[in-house]
Amino acid sequence: MNDALGSVQSILILGGGSDIALATAHAMVARRCRTVVLAGRDPEAFSGAAKELTKAGASTVERVSFDALDHASHAEFVRGTFDRERDIDLALVAFGVLGDQEQAEHDGAEAIRILDSNFLGAVSVLVPLVEAMKRQGHGTIVVLSSVAGERARRSNFVYGASKAGLDAYCQGLGDSLVGTGVRLMIVRPGFVHSKMTDGLAAAPLATDPQHVADTIITGLGRGSEIVWAPGSLRFVMSALRHVPRVVFRRLPL
Amino acid sequence: MSPDRATPPLLGDETLLYGWGGTAPTRAHLATPLTNADAHHLVSAAPKRGVVARGLGRAYGDAAQNAGGLVLDATALSGIIDADLERGTVTARGGTSLDELMRWLIPRGWFLITPGTRYVTVGGAIASDIHGKGHHVDGTFGNKVQSFRLLTGTGEIRNIHRDTEPDVFWATTGGMGLTGVILDATFELIPTETRFIRVDEERCADLDAMFAAMESSDAEYRYSVAWIDCGARGRHLGRGVLGRGNHAFFDEIPKAKQARAHTFGPRQLAIAPPLMPSGLINSWTVKAFNEFWYRKTRVSHRGSIQDIGLFFHPLDLVDEWNRVYGRRGFVQYQFVVPFGAENTVRQIIEALSNENLPSFLAVLKRFGPENPGMLSFPIPGWTLAVDIPVSRTSLARTLDRFDEMVMQAGGRVYLAKDARTRPENLDTMYPRLPEWRAVRDALDPDHVLNSDLARRLDL
Ligand SMILES: Cc1cc2nc3c(=O)[nH]c(=O)nc-3n(C[C@H](O)[C@H](O)[C@H](O)COP(=O)(O)OP(=O)(O)OC[C@H]3O[C@@H](n4cnc5c(N)ncnc54)[C@H](O)[C@@H]3O)c2cc1C
Ligand SMILES: NC(=O)c1ccc[n+]([C@@H]2O[C@H](COP(=O)([O-])OP(=O)(O)OC[C@H]3O[C@@H](n4cnc5c(N)ncnc54)[C@H](OP(=O)(O)O)[C@@H]3O)[C@@H](O)[C@H]2O)c1
Repeated sequence: MNDALGSVQSILILGGGSDIALATAHAMVARRCRTVVLAGRDPEAFSGAAKELTKAGASTVERVSFDALDHASHAEFVRGTFDRERDIDLALVAFGVLGDQEQAEHDGAEAIRILDSNFLGAVSVLVPLVEAMKRQGHGTIVVLSSVAGERARRSNFVYGASKAGLDAYCQGLGDSLVGTGVRLMIVRPGFVHSKMTDGLAAAPLATDPQHVADTIITGLGRGSEIVWAPGSLRFVMSALRHVPRVVFRRLPL
Repeated sequence: MSPDRATPPLLGDETLLYGWGGTAPTRAHLATPLTNADAHHLVSAAPKRGVVARGLGRAYGDAAQNAGGLVLDATALSGIIDADLERGTVTARGGTSLDELMRWLIPRGWFLITPGTRYVTVGGAIASDIHGKGHHVDGTFGNKVQSFRLLTGTGEIRNIHRDTEPDVFWATTGGMGLTGVILDATFELIPTETRFIRVDEERCADLDAMFAAMESSDAEYRYSVAWIDCGARGRHLGRGVLGRGNHAFFDEIPKAKQARAHTFGPRQLAIAPPLMPSGLINSWTVKAFNEFWYRKTRVSHRGSIQDIGLFFHPLDLVDEWNRVYGRRGFVQYQFVVPFGAENTVRQIIEALSNENLPSFLAVLKRFGPENPGMLSFPIPGWTLAVDIPVSRTSLARTLDRFDEMVMQAGGRVYLAKDARTRPENLDTMYPRLPEWRAVRDALDPDHVLNSDLARRLDL
């Protein structure tokens, strides 16, 4: 169950190998969380992460197979998970790909893969997930969006479009959940040092997964609907939103 | 059992339910049975996630919530069934409020054990085995109960008397509604000559003075409780106002009041507006209030005649006062530590004051002997209760640290107030939990009775 101060006891991580998600799982285990379900394309690969979480105090760490691109499997996946566990207090939607922007500009398949992994795949699993949580009468969904969805940039607009879609969907979804006992929090990180950004030059205000995890914990405690990581990005982005296109496209972002 | 009405009761609408602290709402079907047969029908038809009874929702945390399941609103199962005003016993249905009982009993010269509010039900009073200002003399509400009828998870209605079925009796008393629905109960009353309390108040300049005053004089009073100013520091740490009283005899009250010595008709003065901004209760407003409260009492003030309502339930003057804490709500941290662990009380008050946590008047009380309730809260020792708004992220860690200190001292937190302790702590805090579980499992093997509290604490 969620407690009065925003701590949870069991979490489901979609994209179980995500650096940000694992940092978040550790932060939650350090508070109260005892059950962690790591779901992803290669559950075998999570054994190291599972051991770490157990060492940190989790009493049950499950590894299960989940592919965001396999929409047809999602309803069954959600049903199975909720049947197995006593309750899922929080689900973290953390899967995603940065994709290859250059390739996506010539190869429709790559563009579609990015959109599917980050947006359609997320919507496809969110639908049964929300239903299951509503039946449970409580729950929290945390979705990793991105500042990239705030304003499309020349350098990664396919990724940006996928996150814009996800973010918009989740804003409406969050509103639809008022009064259901289920709530949704959107997380908008800037540049985070993780597997996803390995080898890329860091953008200004870059953070690490630990920082994003702390932001998530604080946001949950406050009952926030949207959090930024770092928090200052909220103000940076609200300024950038009004920069004229001719100027914006020349900015080194 | 056949229902009196042709149509069976509906499962009820899905409703978001909160505890008094307003912190972790969850959604459940809320059904309001009018008869015991209705209640029986509903428990038998409980969905997979089970059912739990709810009284007036005065538990601070998640005890009367059941996410995704059924919550049985017991407040319509109300009314006094029988009374023996010679011997001083009454039988009332589980959803009867203590307010209703007092309005009927006080004019007839009887009183009962009451917590800091009249707006709790008989069922809630037994399920939390509540205590009042008189615990050091009278024990808990459960100590006065002779018997009750319990609707169990298997759909049986059982007559439980404290002498013939002590196990079920003492598992239910303090059992947080998890052994069944209390349909009605018979309990003993306290005789009174008037509706007044003769009150002595005294300001104590620090915590040691407070401990000493309570130790030396509690025996002279039926009722005793202290308000501690948690904002005071240094040599003022733990200063507060000690209020003690006894039922006033007829010839102790002023002539003008004698004509209406038994009239009891408390009114509410105000109702808090529904949407108060978060942050209204902060360390500044609280400090100012606590200072005022301390100063308003004369250094010592003896023999004032107070109305029962004012003495026991000052907070009831403002309806829904919990709203002043705003959207994020508040938690009440209430613990007890055995005598000898005064230092733990001091360290916690010190920490509250050092961390500048805005805590309104904390309440300190000396408990008397414990009873056989397996999950009953009171043990002989000191109990402190503080309301703290949910405002700071660090609060979770602070309260976890307090739990450790309390457990170290052999103490526990009160389940009726709890909304955040760890399940791992329960075995230490409530060593008789295995015994309680055995009785519960025998009564309700499938755990049809279930609640958010039970899930959170793995009861
Ligand atoms: C201002 C204030 C002051 C308080 N002061 C004190 C105090 O001084 N001392 C003290 O001990 N407590 C105190 N409390 C706590 C309160 O007394 C308990 O939480 C009490 O249980 C609330 O009763 P309720 O009818 O509102 O029950 P709810 O809050 O609705 O439910 C509490 C528990 O009782 C169970 N329950 C309710 N009805 C039934 C039933 N018919 N059958 C079986 N189980 C049932 C529920 O399942 C739940 O577990 C105070 C609370 C407030 C808000
Ligand atoms: N890093 C950043 O700068 C940054 C900034 C803003 C937002 N975000 C978002 O934060 C989230 C987590 O990213 P991260 O930084 O932690 O990156 P990460 O470590 O690369 O994690 C992303 C995870 O998504 C999984 N994944 C990809 N496609 C999947 C699919 N079809 N099905 C199931 N799982 C799939 C990956 O698993 P595989 O091993 O199977 O590929 C990987 O474990 C992502 O949504 C990302 O877009 C990141």
